[in-house]
Amino acid sequence: MFNLFPYNAKFDFFGKRKYAYIISALLLIASIVSLSTRGINLGLDFTGGVVLEVGYSKAADLDAIRADLKKNDFKEAVVQYFGSSETVMIRLPPAKGQNQNQLADHVLSVLKKQDAGATMRRVEFVGPAVGKELFNSGGLAMIVVLSGLLIFVSLRYQLKMATGAVLTLSHDLIMVFGFISVTGIEFNLTVLAAYLALAGYSINDMIVVFDRMRENFRKIRKGTEIEIMNASVNQTMSRTVITATTTFLSVLSLYIFGGEALRGFAETLLVGIVLGTFSSIYVASSLSLDLGLKRKDLLKLTDKEKLVDTAP
Amino acid sequence: MNRYPWWKNLLIILVLLLGIFFALPNLYGENPALQISKRNAVMDQAAVDKAVAALKAANIPVKSARLEDKDGLIQFSSTDAQLKAVNVVREALGEDYPVALNLAPAAPRWMQDMGAKPMYLGLDLRGGVHFLMQIDMQAAIKTALERRVDGMRGDLRKANIRYVAADVENGNEIALRFPDAAARDAALKSMAGNYPELKFNTEERNGEPYLTAKFTDAGATAERKAAVDQNITTLRNRVNELGVAEPLIQQQGDDRIVVELPGIQDTVRAKEIIGATATLEFRLVSGTPTDWVDAEQSGRVPPDARLYHEKDGRPILLKRQVIVTGDRITGASSGFDQRSGSPAVFVNLDGQGARRMADITGQNIGKQMGVVFIEHRTETKMVDGKPVKDKKVIQQVINVATIQDQLANRFQITGLDSPEEARDLALLLRAGALRAPMDIVEERTVGPSLGAQNIQSGVNASILGFALVAAFMLIYYRVFGVTAVVALAVNLILIVAVLSLLQATLTLPGIAGMVLTLGIAVDANVLINERIREELRNGLTPHAAIKAGYERAFATIIDSHVTTLLAAIVLFALGAGAVKGFAVTLTIGILASLFTAIMVTRALVNLIYGRRVRLTKISI
Repeated sequence: MFNLFPYNAKFDFFGKRKYAYIISALLLIASIVSLSTRGINLGLDFTGGVVLEVGYSKAADLDAIRADLKKNDFKEAVVQYFGSSETVMIRLPPAKGQNQNQLADHVLSVLKKQDAGATMRRVEFVGPAVGKELFNSGGLAMIVVLSGLLIFVSLRYQLKMATGAVLTLSHDLIMVFGFISVTGIEFNLTVLAAYLALAGYSINDMIVVFDRMRENFRKIRKGTEIEIMNASVNQTMSRTVITATTTFLSVLSLYIFGGEALRGFAETLLVGIVLGTFSSIYVASSLSLDLGLKRKDLLKLTDKEKLVDTAP
Repeated sequence: MNRYPWWKNLLIILVLLLGIFFALPNLYGENPALQISKRNAVMDQAAVDKAVAALKAANIPVKSARLEDKDGLIQFSSTDAQLKAVNVVREALGEDYPVALNLAPAAPRWMQDMGAKPMYLGLDLRGGVHFLMQIDMQAAIKTALERRVDGMRGDLRKANIRYVAADVENGNEIALRFPDAAARDAALKSMAGNYPELKFNTEERNGEPYLTAKFTDAGATAERKAAVDQNITTLRNRVNELGVAEPLIQQQGDDRIVVELPGIQDTVRAKEIIGATATLEFRLVSGTPTDWVDAEQSGRVPPDARLYHEKDGRPILLKRQVIVTGDRITGASSGFDQRSGSPAVFVNLDGQGARRMADITGQNIGKQMGVVFIEHRTETKMVDGKPVKDKKVIQQVINVATIQDQLANRFQITGLDSPEEARDLALLLRAGALRAPMDIVEERTVGPSLGAQNIQSGVNASILGFALVAAFMLIYYRVFGVTAVVALAVNLILIVAVLSLLQATLTLPGIAGMVLTLGIAVDANVLINERIREELRNGLTPHAAIKAGYERAFATIIDSHVTTLLAAIVLFALGAGAVKGFAVTLTIGILASLFTAIMVTRALVNLIYGRRVRLTKISI
């Protein structure tokens, strides 16, 4: 049998949870600092405005394009390469005093004058009101997912575990936000999808550990809470690492082949999977332990068992 | 002993066969094709034969040609041939047969007859335009009231009730002014029953008797709904005129319409045609040229007339009463005036419109009639950082002609600048007017080359993802890895089959969801296999370990899948566009993996190990 993680390991996870907390705290602080100073690079979906992706037959001259756009009154245009030097992305903020939905056509006609080989690959225009709506529904989605998971975990398991899980999830999501902020990934609808999928994945990971804890608390009558939880994490370690690996591999292929459109999506998931794995092993269980999780919390006995147990 | 009852094996085989059958059309791909329809009628075989004959004459090879549903479909083996063919067919069949470029499934006919179609690709994969249009409901209510004011004027005339003025005020209220309270009360009595959707009110303003009317809540709701419905119908007509295959036009929310046009290249023209609000009105001319100039300079317009301008800016007075509006037009085509050779639009009116036109022109031979071209334009300007919509209604008199003879249901309009203008006006008149003006609030255009590239990226990522996950599972779990990989392949087939069957839109994020599912789906197998290993270590026999492994992992698998499913469903419910595609494939993938990872692998394991009575070792 080939094992990534030795099956009989007795690694003392919870004795060392101090260090995990310190690492977590540092990353959290870094994330919050970056979020409050750099903020998040909100994409067109949420801000409104116009994005054009223009293809050229040879490497495009960005300075010439910028100068040309400036001459034609597109002073706030952001011009950059998109994936390759033959593809250029132009971003315009919500326009002033112009008919917005004709903006893209104007820009394209300016570029075509400069280089007839310029072809429109993609145009996106989002009105400011629609942007705000998408932003709000995105926020709502996040709240609904988090509260849905809280309810599910507290029904299936235990409120302290659920609280631990949701705290952990918030911790993961803040860190991923921090990562998005530090790297300047454009936060658009696709990245939001990755972000919410990550919430599902992260909880999924925690559930497997929780499930084993519940089983062990019922099965192993001797031993302290810490011992039993350590055993549970050790037993599920292989699975946690293997699933993280296969998911990581599949997202990696998206990162390699998915192209520019899925880059932010893949990067968010890659980092999120690593963080989610770390936190489901360490943070979630440690938190529920420190929230005062006791053996009796998980010994939900059937009526029959209760009768036997109360007998002298 | 581990054996599945025969019906479980049968069920798995059945599901697998169905999956393969419905996934198969995707392997055949699609052929470039032309879709031919007939304007206002059902397509006929004769026209298809005519098109095929013309193609034969032009030496363009045709793969197949047939009538399908309401359209003719001619398939080609290359895009080259298709592009050459479109002009040939258009010329051969003429203006009454809109021809659209399309992709037709290449799967055999019997498969398609059984409902097996390839997946429906989203705009980011096939290229095209997506518009989100917002209907201006205030304007819709205002024009609805204006229509009713016209009707009320007629009612009052007919009932011989004198009134001083009848107008729409503040965009939401009809205000009728009367010379005395008796006339007002008579008016209320005669009209109240005719307008159940309005709420009438009598009041005094500056001591003068007024009758006002507003929409009731139900009336306003009905009017808003009618505006959305008619705009959708009009948009559908216009898109058909543009020759777009498989357009999607549907309501979103209370006051928005989504328009998706796959494969369209000329977005500028598409936008012009879709957003255009142009329509026509025919009115009699009032007064003489000196009256017109006087009216403009003094600002005093006779009560039965309105001041307009011609294209060159000269003022002209037309009667308030409309002879016929654009919605009475049933047909329009463009061409040239035979005498002057200038561009013209030939118009057909419906029965009611033709009767009115005949009545009024018959009584007014020798007098002049003006054609008013009406267009709504909205420009968004930023004032103090907030977008403010500036609405303009352009009303131009494009043509004034002396009525030579009684006009009936067919006549021509000249005074247009170019043949293109005539062609577009004819198209808009044919398709009908929008009931309320609309703004484009969101637009996404993807060029066809980017679409093809996105498909390639998606396919490459899926292949690599599958290969990496499969290699890992095979090395790690050996025989049990083989079962997991087979299950994964079945999972992929089922996702594709369900997507094809539902005809749900596959987008690039949808493909990403599929690839992500590959990684997540094996989780169930990892849980099972780790559990079996554990039970073996605990000293169970292989058979007992397999049984215990599958049984004990089951609850965990359900719990962990439900959480991911929960996230996916919320994404679907609240997500827009691209996110929805991701949520759909993720949801289908997770549900399918419950079946494949648990039942399919178990059946395979049973097949491999189940019959061996003295099983001492398993490869896991």
